Amino acid sequence: MSINWFKFASPAAFYPIAGRMIPWFAGIAIVLVLGSLLWGFFGTAAQLGGSNPQKEYYRIIYIHVAGAWMSMWLYLVLAGWSAIGLVFNTRLSFMMAKAVAPTGAIFTVIALWTGAFWGRPSWGTYWDWDPRLTSELILFFLYIGYIALHSAIDDTRRADRAAALLAMVGLVMLPVIYWSINCPDPTQCAALHQRSDPGSIHASILWPMLGVTLGFWSYAFAATFVRLRGIILLREADSAWVRELLQGDSGR
Amino acid sequence: MLKTFISILARDLTLALRRRTDVLTVLFFFLIVVSLFPLGVGSEQALLRELGPGVVWVAALLASMLALERLFAADFEDGTLEQMLLTPQPLGLLVLAKVIAHWLLTGLPLVVIAPLIALQYQLGDGQMLMMMASLLLGTPTLGLIGAIGAALTLGLRGGGILLSLLILPLYIPILIYGEGAVTVSAIALADSEPYLMLLGALLMMALILGPWAAAAALRISMD
Repeated sequence: MSINWFKFASPAAFYPIAGRMIPWFAGIAIVLVLGSLLWGFFGTAAQLGGSNPQKEYYRIIYIHVAGAWMSMWLYLVLAGWSAIGLVFNTRLSFMMAKAVAPTGAIFTVIALWTGAFWGRPSWGTYWDWDPRLTSELILFFLYIGYIALHSAIDDTRRADRAAALLAMVGLVMLPVIYWSINCPDPTQCAALHQRSDPGSIHASILWPMLGVTLGFWSYAFAATFVRLRGIILLREADSAWVRELLQGDSGR
Repeated sequence: MLKTFISILARDLTLALRRRTDVLTVLFFFLIVVSLFPLGVGSEQALLRELGPGVVWVAALLASMLALERLFAADFEDGTLEQMLLTPQPLGLLVLAKVIAHWLLTGLPLVVIAPLIALQYQLGDGQMLMMMASLLLGTPTLGLIGAIGAALTLGLRGGGILLSLLILPLYIPILIYGEGAVTVSAIALADSEPYLMLLGALLMMALILGPWAAAAALRISMD
């Protein structure tokens, strides 16, 4: 069986499919996030860590880590669609990139916010310039830069391509920025570097965390598609199929 | 190709030297920002010595960013830039020539003025030297990265503020290692070597990728 994937690169073809998928992703998101959070809050240990354990408040990890993962992943998605758009010159890719950006920015805010609330009881301060949180803040700035550049340019084609190039420059610089924040003193890098390794997390905590992440993922799909449908309608407002669609709606 | 490169470099330098105030504004902006900090945080010598490296580098970032707006603006307004895009010469090379001219006019003066700032902040001779060395290695990178942003925001309303939003996050590694080089040189000059190497590596990366990306950005903006 062969599917012509390029068929769905047309906004007119993708619009109804996105519409059909939204309720599914939204439903999965609600079920997974609520289920995993209930599991995380009532089904896991009351303490985390050995000699100096974190009490109940460590449970913010389920939202914090999942949000941080999603924010990084979505930047990759954003840059990926930007690259595909620049290479193949497909309109839908640029629309997809634009639709992903706000969701990614929201996840960085979630990660920063929950990080601050986690920092208060465990470090005694809301903000400690922890390398991972600082990197998250910079990622937030990159998202904001993308959104700001896109909205500052009136010509859609130029806005799409300029913002896409910026996203790719950001992707090249991101590892350098991340490394420089983690390692401000190049001679003592190993000592300073904090390691996050899924294997070091206890399985009972890891599974609800992965559940929330999948739920967030579903939410990202749903939110992106809702936004994408809006962008498609706005940009294709003059085309025949949108006019037919709107007439069909008003006729009902 | 070399001929084109040199003629653009010479042209940009001549044009700028006919309007010297443009060059001096950036320099004085740098000086004013650096001079404001002791007034804001107090002028104790120990405090200044600690703050100095960071303040100088943040001021250098801001000054180079402010100067960026003018990198392509004049050529864009009078149509020269469009002609440059139409020439058979590689656009990346033309961009590189413009960035180097721009650095000679706005980056190099910061390096030259650095000893004065080292005096203001009570820094020793070693740190003064290191400040010059790190600025010499770091400011061209700022210009090369900034050129991408300047090309992307060409002709937009509120381009200057937007430019800072796009470019300042990308300047972070240079800020960290530039400031680090000056700070650790307080103890021994040799301690700064890894920082300078990293600044050099960043400069090499920016030299290879920067003009090419800025050229692509110019083509998008002038499309």
